Amino acid sequence: MNNLFKAAFIIAGKDLYSEWKTKQVVTTMLIFSGLVIVTFSFAFDPSNNAVRAIIPGLIWVITIFSAILGLNRSFLSETKNDNLYGMIVSPTDPSSIYLGKVIANFVFVLIVQLISIPVLFLLFDFRFLGNLPMFLVVILLGTFGFISVGTFLAGLTANSKSSEMLLPILLFPIVSPLIIAAVQATRILLVDFEQLASAISWMQLMGAYNLVFFVLCLILFEYVLEV
Amino acid sequence: MKLINDDLTVIPRDSMLHKVLFYLSIPMVLVALYLAFIYTPIEAKMGVVQKIFYFHVASAWVAFFAFFVVAVFSIMYLIKRKRIYDVIAGVSAEIGVVYTAIVLTTGPIWGRSAWNAWWSWEPRLTTTLILFFMYIAYIMIRHMDVAWEKRARFASVFGIISFINVPIVFMSIRWWNSTLHPVVLGEGGANESGGGLEPSMLFALIFTVFMMTVLYFVLLQKGMYIERLKIQADRLKEKFQEKLAS
Repeated sequence: MNNLFKAAFIIAGKDLYSEWKTKQVVTTMLIFSGLVIVTFSFAFDPSNNAVRAIIPGLIWVITIFSAILGLNRSFLSETKNDNLYGMIVSPTDPSSIYLGKVIANFVFVLIVQLISIPVLFLLFDFRFLGNLPMFLVVILLGTFGFISVGTFLAGLTANSKSSEMLLPILLFPIVSPLIIAAVQATRILLVDFEQLASAISWMQLMGAYNLVFFVLCLILFEYVLEV
Repeated sequence: MKLINDDLTVIPRDSMLHKVLFYLSIPMVLVALYLAFIYTPIEAKMGVVQKIFYFHVASAWVAFFAFFVVAVFSIMYLIKRKRIYDVIAGVSAEIGVVYTAIVLTTGPIWGRSAWNAWWSWEPRLTTTLILFFMYIAYIMIRHMDVAWEKRARFASVFGIISFINVPIVFMSIRWWNSTLHPVVLGEGGANESGGGLEPSMLFALIFTVFMMTVLYFVLLQKGMYIERLKIQADRLKEKFQEKLAS
């Protein structure tokens, strides 16, 4: 068990370090999310009060589409020089490769969210009145579930020639219950605070979803990596 | 590792079971049509459109069953690694997608007259649509350009993952308190459940469900037969190429 985490942290550290050196993925994701925000601010007049209702959806649109960019890269970069093969033959548990990749991708997306969500609030002139800790929990739960399933499927599609096309098609249907719950919970926390109880039940759904899918992906990842 | 099932190397024949099922299904389809369109009375409120309901419910049931078969044979494939399990899972997913397509087309036709709208973003409709997309994605994995062992493994893994969503779909009308979709069969609780159905209608419904299930097995047998012929054709091609090369 200890070994599992140790190897996972080494792999995550390697990914984060190479990202720190090149700054390729996070920069691309940030530019992309910035462009999405700008496009939306043209599409929906930010001074209009009704626009407040679309902010929760926007947060998740930005997260999902920028995360896809990073997820596509996470295993494709390993296929160069047969790195993935090296990982498979190394004496580590396949689960720790998965765990390491999840940690690295999770950190990338969190960095992007940390910058793009405040920018979104600023540009749409949105005053945050809700419950901040709960909002953060919703963001973390939603992102984690999305990344854990996304990393798994990215590992699966990395073998295909058309992996960039295949990943979104596989991923979006699977995570749709999670995204629906995340958008609903965010909407309640940001716009109508009266229904706090139903926000909690949406969060429970997200928690259960994350638990089931994370454990399942951890177990099944072994079969994805097999040569 | 025993990846190739020896059973698949011979040119397959139509099995006895398939013939029996096939000749059983023809009268059953006719009887089901008779039951649905002539035997049962016309529903008072909805009129003739209600007839679609027999086939709608039956297709939905078979679709769920087909996806269940996919999950079971996916797990079995990962454990035993027999190619026949992968073939069954693949064919079953294709049939499931067809039946889901039937559900998603008959539903709006009925909904247009009952709810006065082709589509509504109600939990069960939404989740069924998601299910449809999930298994289309599954079929796309099966058409990935890699060796069959790899493809079969990925498909099995994806089949297991996506089956987790089927119970979510099934429970959706209970969790999200839908008002639009009636809970027809018994387990729905007291409010608008099983008791409301005319006995002759219930009989027709059960018979149609049974007929659709038989039809599913006929299609499954046929699909397996075709897949085996394909595998056999690939083998022969390979053999021929080897011969040419040597």
